[in-house]
Amino acid sequence: MAENNRAVLKLKEKFAASIIDVVEFRGEVTVTVKKDSIIDVLMFLKQSLQYNLLTDLTAVDYLGKKEDRFMMVYQLYSIPNKDCVRIKTPVSEADCRIPTATQVWRTANWLERETYDLFGITFDQHPDLRRILMTEDWVGHPLRKDYPLQGPDREPYKGRLS
Amino acid sequence: MGVDNPLGENIITTSLDKLVNWSRKSSIWPMTFGLACCAIEMMATGASHNDLDRFGIIFRASPRQSDCIIIAGTVTKKMLPVIKTVYEQMPEPKWVVAMGACACSGGIFDTYSVVQGIDEALPVDVYIPGCPPRPEALLFGLLKLQDKIWNDKNSFGSAIGLGTRIDGATA
Repeated sequence: MAENNRAVLKLKEKFAASIIDVVEFRGEVTVTVKKDSIIDVLMFLKQSLQYNLLTDLTAVDYLGKKEDRFMMVYQLYSIPNKDCVRIKTPVSEADCRIPTATQVWRTANWLERETYDLFGITFDQHPDLRRILMTEDWVGHPLRKDYPLQGPDREPYKGRLS
Repeated sequence: MGVDNPLGENIITTSLDKLVNWSRKSSIWPMTFGLACCAIEMMATGASHNDLDRFGIIFRASPRQSDCIIIAGTVTKKMLPVIKTVYEQMPEPKWVVAMGACACSGGIFDTYSVVQGIDEALPVDVYIPGCPPRPEALLFGLLKLQDKIWNDKNSFGSAIGLGTRIDGATA
């Protein structure tokens, strides 16, 4: 259970004020923390709890569904302990930036570039924040929910009979 | 063939255009260039079972030595400039085969990142439907391309700088 998860126990002890939510679903533990303390939490998880592998780093666009539009997601894995934990943190559209995790895991470099490219979230102090998937001159961030699926320069497809 | 052959058994008469067309259609050298799953079928077509070599179709590793490019797969907007560069590096005359649904029309990828058919950028000679087309379909398309090359007009004249070549499909 989530309450007995080693990461959750330690995080509750050390970052009680920063934790917004702890959820367990089908054995997967998700901890939502405040944006201000995200780097401290990640650094603690890596250095003290041996979550030494950042499996994935991405974002979710909750346009119109949540108060804070974006949710950053960090998938962590501990190779020595063979367990996972998911860390989330909300990012508002008005302040669409978050400190980089490259200082914790160097693999975050390209993952954050991807998130920047597709969601338009800026990573402060990132060593090389450029687009990685789309072309350099691309306008917009395609994985945002308000980005037109067929591109901004095309009439949207409304079904075969329209 | 019911025609008097005054020059002997070992000599045939033909037009220079047909001679050029025959040599061109019998040595279509496609660029070795694959983009997606269609490339797997293209490789299968080139391999021993279907054997493109028997039609004189030999994949070349350089656009400078190629006169045909088979657009085998999904063309993303990011890849398009690369394809254009490769196409521009090929010497004239050159032909384009759009292989599969994606190269013909964008296929199932009706999205912001995919070119909706390579004919937006290159002059396509043969469209091959299928997702991906079987080797037989690619083979048939390439034979259609041979037919088209065979019907070219003024191919010799254009090669020595007299006028332009008239495409087999419009001639």
